[in-house]
Order: sequence, then structure tokens, then C-alpha cells
Amino acid sequence: MLSILKTIWYVFLHTFQKRVTVQYPDEKPYLAPRYRGRIILSRDPDGGERCVACNLCAVACPVSCIALQATEDENGRRFPEFFRINFSRCIFCGYCEEACPTYAIQLTPDFEMGEFHRQNLVYEKEDLLINGPGKYPGYNFWRVAGVQIGGKDKGQAAHEAAPVDIHSLLP
Amino acid sequence: MTSPYPMLSVLGILFGALTIAAGLIWLERRLLALWQDRYGPNRVGPFGLLQVVADGVKIFMKEDWVPPFADKPVFILAPAIIMVTVLMSFAVLPVAPGIIISDLNIGLLFVLALSSLGVYSVVLAGWSSNNKYALLGGMRAAAQMISYEVFMGLSLMGVVLLAGSFSLPAIVEAQRKIWFVIPQFLGFVLFLIAGLAETRRTPFDLPEAESELVAGYHSEYSGMKFGMFFVGEYLGVTLISAMITVLFFGGWLGPVLPPIVWFLLKTFFFISFFILLRASLPRPRFDQLMSWGWKVMLPLALVNLVVTGAMVLAWS
Repeated sequence: MLSILKTIWYVFLHTFQKRVTVQYPDEKPYLAPRYRGRIILSRDPDGGERCVACNLCAVACPVSCIALQATEDENGRRFPEFFRINFSRCIFCGYCEEACPTYAIQLTPDFEMGEFHRQNLVYEKEDLLINGPGKYPGYNFWRVAGVQIGGKDKGQAAHEAAPVDIHSLLP
Repeated sequence: MTSPYPMLSVLGILFGALTIAAGLIWLERRLLALWQDRYGPNRVGPFGLLQVVADGVKIFMKEDWVPPFADKPVFILAPAIIMVTVLMSFAVLPVAPGIIISDLNIGLLFVLALSSLGVYSVVLAGWSSNNKYALLGGMRAAAQMISYEVFMGLSLMGVVLLAGSFSLPAIVEAQRKIWFVIPQFLGFVLFLIAGLAETRRTPFDLPEAESELVAGYHSEYSGMKFGMFFVGEYLGVTLISAMITVLFFGGWLGPVLPPIVWFLLKTFFFISFFILLRASLPRPRFDQLMSWGWKVMLPLALVNLVVTGAMVLAWS
């Protein structure tokens, strides 16, 4: 009986307590820099696309919401012909970001992407691409990779020695 | 002591009661939110007050569905009964001197009789829905309301003994010296608990217990029929709060402020207290409810009656 009265009293004391509600549209919540929200495709510092269309993100995706088609430009540089993410399926797990070898695909602290039509949640490459390097400034895959493309031979990448001349007898 | 303009009182009390009952939806949500450290509805209009209007418009637009397996006439009749009985009880309620629809000399008995009739609404709704959850809810309501009505009436007899009248304005006038809550504290507590059970509100909301019975007796109701149960419940809360005010807290009596303000203040205090109880107390099990009613409350009410009777006899 006393415990009932006590309960009533303690609940009444909540009248004077601060409310915990965040009044969302007026008052935005804090989102951590690593928050897993809307997915973007970043560019390298020179403005080229980072994505090399390796398909690893599409393979890693547990809900198969990423679709892309690889192609090559005249320099032999791989890039996606189309890159499509269906955000009505995406579960924002971040596996695509973990799988990406070139830091191209990244998740950003933004979740306000509601739409009235489901079809509008399918983002194409031009919707995904941003004009910046995202979380990894200064990184350019083609400058550190030992892959030969037009305009860059083997051994010309940063921190890379020239290939060994196998015909020479010198050490 | 009836009003010089009877129609004005009728319209005033009807409009007032219905407005308060509708406003209670907002008040309850805001207060529950306050006690749970939330805000509640605060978007529509100032302080979310227009939420009631929005809800009202919505509930009128809803499909008025009668299930094909229901007992149609009874199904339609049931929600009307609760509205009629509760609204009729307001007829004998003295709001302020002169503001009363009908000063019946058996006013208190009239209120008790109508609250007994209100049981029919719930029982018939549960029965005619032809749904096992609704039927269980109706059965629980019948058992609960009949057992709690017994000592509800008995707990008020002390007040009647002290005032020497069944007429509600006479009871208020008899409290000029001292509010009946002091000599009749036990009666007040008993009536409060019985009133809670009578309005079927938490912690005594077993008839609609949403965690066990979907929505109990009004599982099958939708649209404005459901709305009538809802308004009936809030009217019941208003009525019981007003009855507590009239019977135990001196009705309109009070210094400085005009009588009607005192009456409304006291009534709102008890309405808020009812909502506080809903915010804080869990629901008892059904057998606990019944044994509590018959084994504790009924004997206490009888003791209260006998002691009060002896006191009145000794002092007169």
C-alpha cells in the first residue's frame, strides 16, 4: 500500500524534471563524423572518379542494393559505366565502404532522404558522385597503385621503385 | 434553487461537459508525457490544443464499420447508452449556486443509478461484438463494475448521514463549516477507488486491458462509435471528479474566487490526479481486483457507515 503511494509520488516528481525529447525538425541531433548515412561516391584530389568498378561493394552488400557496370576509358583506366544504389533496400551497414579498395564509396552523416515515391530512392551515379575526396583528402589510387595506365607507366607511382630489369645481371 | 434560465444551464453544462471531455484527450496526453519526461502533442495550434480538433475531424471521417458477425442493433445501441447515462448524470450536478439543471431531492441516488445503467453499455458492447476478446472484456466489466458499485454507494452513505440529504446542492451547503473529506476521509478514499473502477481507467482498466484483450469490449468498434466510448470514458472521469468535489471537497465553496471557478479548479485537480494514477500504477490481476473489492473495500465501507452512524447518533 505504501509502495503504491510512493510510486505515485515519484511519478509526480517527474513534473519538475527535464524532458528528454529532441524536437527533431526544429532541433537537429548531433551526428558523429563516422555516422552511417547516405552513401556517396568521392573523387580523388585531381577531380577524377575514385571508383574503379571492381564490384567488391556490390559483392559485400548483404541486401544486393548496389548495381554497376565496369568500363575503361581511352587510357585503360577503369570506371563504372553506371553505378546505381537502391536506397529503399539499403540497410546502411557500411560493408561497401569497408570493402572498397580505393576509398571511393563512403557513408555520410545524413539520413534525411525521405521521398514520396519509392522510385525516387534509386540513386544513379550523378546523384551519388560528390565534388570532393570525402573522408580521405589527398588520396589518389592511381598515383600509388602499381598498375599501368595511359600517362603513367609501371614504377612511376609515388613511393614506388622502377621495375627490376630482369635482363640485367647487376644486383 | 434551480436556475432562472433553465435552458441556459442545460446548454452551458452540456457544452461545458463535452468540451472538457474532448479537452481531456489533450490534457491526458500532455500530462502523461510530462510525467514520462516527454512533450506530448505540441504541434497543432498553441500547445497542441488543436490536436483535439484534428482528432475529431479524423474520427468523423473514419469508416463506420459494423462487423458482419455482430448483433447489429445491440452493437449500434451500446455506445449510445454510455453517452446517455453519463450525460444524464450531469443533470443533477451543482456547478455553482443556481447553475444546476435539476435539483432532484434524490440527486445522489440518481447518479448512482445511472452509473449502474452504464454497465449495460460495456456488457452489451462486449456481447454484441461476437468476439471472444470483447466478450471477455464485457464479462470483466460486468463483474468489476457490479462489485465496485456496492461499496461505491455504501461509501457515500456517510456523507448522506452527515448532510442529512440526498440532494447534491444540500450536501454542498452542509459543508460550509468543514469539508466532508475530513470527517469522511475513509469514505473519500473508498469512493475514489470505486470511482476509478467505475470509469474503467487504469489501474482498473481490466475490461479493455490492451495488453491482454486487444481493446476489450470495444475491440470491434471504429469511427465515431469508438469515439463515443472514448468520450463516454472521459465524461465519466469528469463526472467522478466533479462528484468527489461536490461530496467531499465543498463543491463551489471557497474564498475570494467566484464559485464556478472553485468548482472547476477542484474538478481539474481530481482529473489530473486520475491521470497521475494512470501514469504511475500497473494493472492488478483480475482475481486480485475482485478479492480486493469484496474482502477489503466492502467491509471497510460497512465499518465506515456504522462508525459514522454511531457518531451522528451520539452527537445529535
